Amino acid sequence: MNLAPFRDPAIAARLIEETHRVQSRPWVIMETCGGQTHAILRLGLDQLLPRGLELVHGPGCPVCVTPAPLIDHAIALAARPEVILATFGDMMRVPGTASTLFAARAAGGDVRMVYSALDALELAHTNPDREVVFFAIGFETTAPGSAQAVMRARSQGVANFSLLSAHVLVPAAIRYLLEDPGNRVQGYLAAGHACAVLGGQPYEELAARFHVPIVITGFEAIDLLRGILRVVQMLEAGEARVENAYERVVHHEGNLQAQDAIWNVFMSRGREWRGIGLIPASGLTLKPEYSAWNAQLKFGPPAETSTEPGICISGLVLQGLKKPPECPAFGRECTPGHPLGAPMVSAEGACAAYFSYQRMPEGRDDKSPGSEGAA
Amino acid sequence: MNNERIQLGHGSGGRMMNELIHDLFRRRFSNPQLNALDDGAILPEPGGRLAFATDSFVVDPLFFPGGNIGDLAVNGTINDLCMCGSRPLWLSAGFIIEEGLACSDLEIIVGAMAAAAAAAQVRIVTGDTKVVERGKADRLFINTSGIGVISHNPAPGSCRIEPGDRLILSGTLGDHGIAVLSQRSHLGFSTPLQSDTAPLHELTARLLEACGGGVHAMRDPTRGGLAALCNEFARSAGVEIRLDETALPVRPEVAAACELLGLDPLYIANEGKLVAAVAADAAERALEALKSHPLGREAAVIGEVRKGEAGLVAMRTILGGWRVVDLPAGELLPRIC
Amino acid sequence: MCIAAPGRVIRLFQREGLEMGEVDFGGIAREVCLAHVPGVRAGDHVMVHAGFALEIIDESEVARFQQLWREVLTGGRAGEESP
Repeated sequence: MNLAPFRDPAIAARLIEETHRVQSRPWVIMETCGGQTHAILRLGLDQLLPRGLELVHGPGCPVCVTPAPLIDHAIALAARPEVILATFGDMMRVPGTASTLFAARAAGGDVRMVYSALDALELAHTNPDREVVFFAIGFETTAPGSAQAVMRARSQGVANFSLLSAHVLVPAAIRYLLEDPGNRVQGYLAAGHACAVLGGQPYEELAARFHVPIVITGFEAIDLLRGILRVVQMLEAGEARVENAYERVVHHEGNLQAQDAIWNVFMSRGREWRGIGLIPASGLTLKPEYSAWNAQLKFGPPAETSTEPGICISGLVLQGLKKPPECPAFGRECTPGHPLGAPMVSAEGACAAYFSYQRMPEGRDDKSPGSEGAA
Repeated sequence: MNNERIQLGHGSGGRMMNELIHDLFRRRFSNPQLNALDDGAILPEPGGRLAFATDSFVVDPLFFPGGNIGDLAVNGTINDLCMCGSRPLWLSAGFIIEEGLACSDLEIIVGAMAAAAAAAQVRIVTGDTKVVERGKADRLFINTSGIGVISHNPAPGSCRIEPGDRLILSGTLGDHGIAVLSQRSHLGFSTPLQSDTAPLHELTARLLEACGGGVHAMRDPTRGGLAALCNEFARSAGVEIRLDETALPVRPEVAAACELLGLDPLYIANEGKLVAAVAADAAERALEALKSHPLGREAAVIGEVRKGEAGLVAMRTILGGWRVVDLPAGELLPRIC
Repeated sequence: MCIAAPGRVIRLFQREGLEMGEVDFGGIAREVCLAHVPGVRAGDHVMVHAGFALEIIDESEVARFQQLWREVLTGGRAGEESP
């Protein structure tokens, strides 16, 4: 599919120009999804938008919010000789309390990277004498896939497959942030692919109750700029609605088949978000009829783990309450090479993002390469 | 060779090893120095200053679209020597073979090495073979070291990079890395993409002929990709590098694979490309010289060197914003988030 | 989060009762599970995340977008009716 129209610099320039024209006062906008953060940084969008627009990175980074004890549990399972721990590549470098899945692999654990939950199920088929545990991270975007894998495991009678569920739900997190009296965010960019699954409906009540504009965006340059412009236009006009600026992918009611798959297999429960705390009805746990495929039940609860080092303030950062440079460890003890917390590990974590920002040269809007004349 | 698989005996100095050396290595690599089969190769006077390089190859899988570990092992060290501005002359080849490797696989790989060396007029003049127990090596490891002779003075080197230099890339990014990744079954994608493994001696010769001392430094973006290379240049030379995203040549298939897997072409390995830092007034000649060769048809000026913040690599994005291009974190990992 | 790539469905097939498709992402092809996009046909474009099609891409929306912006760029400015 030709994505060029959604990357068109001429259209981008118009949208940026219009945003500058419309914006008359400072606004704080949160992009809820790590993918949006990543795209904004990759494109250098923040530098092109009005200085009065403060873009705050939100908690939409499944890697960053997976609780350390759950990572520790995955590491412990990987160390068992009978277990093959299947995981998405994203989690390999993330530190639990003390270690990472990378280190677990180096120590002899059978840790395998997969691209899809079905690949993990396939591992169970081809390794009948081993126990395959799939570390299921991700938001509602990824949960339908995990659900399909578990449903098929059940229908095919595959007993050597189980899920360690770390799935979490975005709308619950946004509600939690909005309910915080200290919340400074005035407008929200909702995550396009998560909304492709659950739709825009979960946000309507939030927009109305808290009087905030929420715009669903995609991840290409034009998608993000259109979304940001709509949020600013609504803020300037005092309007608060849910709008869909990712019309080619998102339907307002979401994807009903995907939703069916999720609620067939999972139920929502309170879940700890790393650094933030317990958010009610924000996590997905396997229903009792799928207990046989629930790794937490199959292998017993994780061993006692120590608490996280107090120095990491990732929770405050993920909620947009503090900026990474305000953390005493930022750029000193905590860098992408030696991360203390998840937002510094993940490429779209807020702290890693700021680490890059910080190093941008002064006057970074100056001449482009080669503009002085030559080649 | 009679046996179907390499056994420990092939590395233990006796009859089996002797047969392996004669029937395979000596027959394929054949040249006067190697054929003497002395402990070391006696080489003629090189007629100039020497460049010396070494590299070890541990690629998995051994065979991938466009080549195999043998191609990489020969071209890789040839290219390291070329980046020093030298003409590669002689290579050594050390093999660490895991017991059980199919002899037919080894034959294909050695054949590829012989062909790659011949294509670059380089001789493999000495070598070594060890066989280790099953499980102690990932099928096959190869080390090649090489000697080249430098005729230009001063030789290219990162210490010569200076503000005002232009960075020129010889061709498309990421072909090798994606071709290899496509063979990893757990990622399950297929592509007609091939590795770009190739010897760059003719390319560097043309570049030096056209620009002489105007070529300040050359490097090939292997592991860690263009990003690692630029960071290394910026650090070594204490300069700031600015790249232009719109100028980077990337094949559509590579871009598609990167989108699918959450990868960035800047960080993916290349095995037949080079980046040259050239004086501003030599840039046009350098570009022409590269484009005049089949391996450099898609060469492009991709950035420039500035005084700025030493060690910083920044890239102007397609929208005209800026992003910092850091050293890659470590292993290339596909992402879904 | 949620890296998804658009691809064109080349052919449909079943694997032990599961709806699957071979999808071309522009020179890269991969098998994708189509269980969540019933009614998808060969030739459709889908948005793929972690091996599953999230949604069928609405090409009429893409066309509408392109049409509106063609008008904007050749005519007036991006105002209230910004596409």
